[in-house]
Formats: sequence, C-alpha cells, structure tokens
Amino acid sequence: MKFRYLKNVVTLAFDADRCNGCGTCIEVCPQGVFVPAGKGSVTVADRDACLECGACARNCARGAVSVRPGVGCAYAILMSKLKRKGSCCGDACCP
Amino acid sequence: MKDKKELFPVVCCGAEAPQCGPGPEDNKAEDWDSTDRPWQIGTVSTPAGTVNRVATALDRSDVVGTWKARWGVGRMNYRIPPGLYAVGDPDRQSPVLVSANYKMSFDFLRRELSGLDLWLIVIDTKGINVWCAAGKGTFGTAEIVRRIEKVRLHEVVSHRKIILPQLAAPGVAAHEVQKQSGFQVIYGPVRAGDIPAFLQEGGKATPEMRQVRFRLKDRLVLTPVEVATVMKPALFLLAALLGLNFLSVILKGSPLVFTRLWGRTAADFLPFLGAILAGTVLTPALLPYLPGRAFAWKGWLLGVLWALAYMFYLAPGSGPVRTAAHLLFLPAAAAFLAMNFTGSSTYTSLSGVVKEMGFALPAIIIAAGLGAAGLIAAYFL
Ligand code: SF4
Ligand code: SF4
Repeated sequence: MKFRYLKNVVTLAFDADRCNGCGTCIEVCPQGVFVPAGKGSVTVADRDACLECGACARNCARGAVSVRPGVGCAYAILMSKLKRKGSCCGDACCP
Repeated sequence: MKDKKELFPVVCCGAEAPQCGPGPEDNKAEDWDSTDRPWQIGTVSTPAGTVNRVATALDRSDVVGTWKARWGVGRMNYRIPPGLYAVGDPDRQSPVLVSANYKMSFDFLRRELSGLDLWLIVIDTKGINVWCAAGKGTFGTAEIVRRIEKVRLHEVVSHRKIILPQLAAPGVAAHEVQKQSGFQVIYGPVRAGDIPAFLQEGGKATPEMRQVRFRLKDRLVLTPVEVATVMKPALFLLAALLGLNFLSVILKGSPLVFTRLWGRTAADFLPFLGAILAGTVLTPALLPYLPGRAFAWKGWLLGVLWALAYMFYLAPGSGPVRTAAHLLFLPAAAAFLAMNFTGSSTYTSLSGVVKEMGFALPAIIIAAGLGAAGLIAAYFL
C-alpha cells in the first residue's frame, strides 16, 4: 500500500527541458514519484507521494529537479519554533 | 536549489530505521582502538593492509541492544569504528557495500550477508542511521570520498563501483562521488534483506526493492518509542490528578481516606490513558484505514470515539462539566500525539507537516486549554 500525505503541498519542481532521461531520479526515489516518459525524459506521476527527502534533486546531474528538502516531523518543527534544542521523538531519534 | 538554506534544521525520524541513536554531541576524537568488537572474526590481508572480518551472525548482546533501542531504554552509545571490513572471503572482484556506523544499521546489514563474499566500508555518520545521516549530510559525498581514499579502495578492488543503500541518496550526489573518487555509485535496495537478491541480479533492484514499506508491522515496531516519550507527561498528569483529588477532598471537608484517594485518581486517569493509547498506538496501527490525510485529524477522530465510549459506557453520570471537558481535552491530546507520529512515518513531507501544524496546533491548544480548565473546575463544583 502506498501512503499519501496532504494534497498539493510539496515543493517538488521538475524542469523537463533540462532532463535527459537518465533515470537516476526514478532509481533514488523511495516513493515512486517519477516514471519514465518515453525516450529521453521522465515525468512526475505521483506528486503527492513525495516526502521531500531531496534524493532526486541531489542526484540529478542536470539540475532538472528541485525540492526544498526537510523532514516531516511535527515534534522537530515544534522544537525549532520554540527555539529549543530537543531531539525529535525523544531520545530515540536524531538530536 | 540544493544549497538553499533550509527553513528548519534537518532533524529526523522516519523511514525504515527511525531510531537514530546517539547524536554527535561529542565531537571529540573517538578512541576506536579500545572499542569492543564482539562482531569481529579474524582478518583478511589485502594489498592495502590487513582488514578485519565481520561476523554475519548476531549474538545475544546485539539482540538485547536492538530491543533496548526500540523501547528507548538508555542510549545505544555504540558506534562501529569506520573503515574497511571484509565479509566472507572477498577478492579483487568482490562488490563493495557502504554502511553507516550506527550499530543497528550495521547489525541489520551484516545479518543479511551470510554466505556472501564482499567488502564493506563503514563510514563515520556519528553513530546515526543511514536515512537520518543522509538528511543531515553526514552520510554524504565528502565523507564517502574521504573514506574511499583512506582505506585505499583503489588498491583493494580492481573494479570501480560502490553500492550504497538507496536511503543514503538524499545526502549523496552520485555523480559528484564519481567525479571526485573515480568510483561509480550504485544505489542498492532500501532494505538490507534484499541485498543478496540484488547482488544475484548483478546489481539490479526491482521497483519493489526501491520503495519504502510502511506495513502494520513496520508501524507497530515504532509505537513503543511513542509510548515511552509520553511517560513523563503522563506521570505529571497522574500527580496532578492526585493533587486535585486531595484538594477537593480537603475543601469539601470529607474524611481523607488514602485508598479511596488512590482509587479515584486511577479512575480519573483512565480517560487520559485511553487518549494516549489512541494517539500513540491506535493511530499508527490504523493509519491507512482512518479517513482523512492529516495525522492530527486521524488522532482526533479516535480521540472523539474514545471520549464518547468513555462517556456512555465507562463513566456515565460524570456530570456535564467534566463530560464536556473530556470531549474537548481527550481528542485534542490524541490529535497532538498522533501528529507527533509524522516524524516516525515514512511519507510525510516537511511542507505538509508545516501545513498540518498550521491548522491543527491552534485548535489543539484551544481545545486542550478549555478542556483542562473544565476538568480542574469539575473537582471543585
Ligand atoms: S535524474 Fe535528472 S536528468 Fe535524469 S531522468 Fe531524472 S530529472 Fe531527468
Ligand atoms: S524528494 Fe524524495 S520523495 Fe520527493 S520525488 Fe524526490 S526522491 Fe522522491
């Protein structure tokens, strides 16, 4: 089963003009957001499944993908807003 | 875009092994020589020197350590010394895997490698798992390139390929690694368990191997930590309820019977216990079946169900003030706890969570505040 979070919120942007269809983004995406689109290109097939991990943008040698990477963790966001250094999800996660 | 300043610090949870272990609070040089290495069995000699061999079977202390980390007991302050390791009897053609030096990542990986002959490069991720370290950039291009040089990988193998866990991709630019080190990065499967099949296929991952899974089992394994994090506030609440009961007995001039005081406190705690379990265990367990997409909403729904069940079946006749207060407070508490599970889930984006918090947090604060006021008032009416 594939989970999807809120609709239409992610910062993922794809520039088809720069893409050469190498397929790296398809390979690195843990959510199956990209699919091949004929020869020499890919397309964003499931935008709402994107978790903004940044893997595609970091690994696209052509700079055709951009996304603001981050971690969707409410606790971490809360802590950073409160300007407190805390570990997300208690001690069990990344401080 | 890649270098754009992040709005929020990349703090993480999530993916296959959300337990990120101890953080980089101590940046002092590690004394790797004195590190205990129960997982080491013998050595292999290479043109680049002697290399330690890693056992592929876990022993009891490994299993206990994993269990402790799952429950958030203590800290798994145990990092694997970075460097090159051998699995089985590798030669110059054997594949090279790269791993984080978080003990649990390392254990999960080596346990899947029995019967294989390969090289393993453990990089220094400050004892943090692959996904979290990639998010922070410690599992990154620079560390990989540095480590390849340090272990003189060029002399150990004749090919020029390294296999990285796919979940390292947010931190690693494969084309940059190739440019800087000469080694081509191949992203392996998300799960260590798929590595033998991946190697068998000559380094081809099926789409299934590339997707993160979030099955019931995967979700439930995360709930102990969720429960553990609310232990402290729950104890505070218990103390507060005891205090309130005590005060109300004194103010009403009733005789002070301690067993009755305890009994009342325990009974008063029950609705909150239900809300806690609704937010930390039931919401994760029922995640795909609960309507809506926002986690807070899912938790709130379960909280409402619980509050209604409590009101009608468990404690009818609680009085209008307390009942109304429960209806406000319990769902809000469950919603808040459910929202915190976003960090452990595998599919929430930063933008999405920011949006969710934008509408959920004010509502939660208002409802919980009013509810708490009503609950306190109910003791003295
Ligand atoms: S990695 Fe970049 S160039 Fe390659 S297919 Fe994806 S978008 Fe196109
Ligand atoms: S940011 Fe991550 S989840 Fe989103 S499309 Fe890129 S690789 Fe996939």
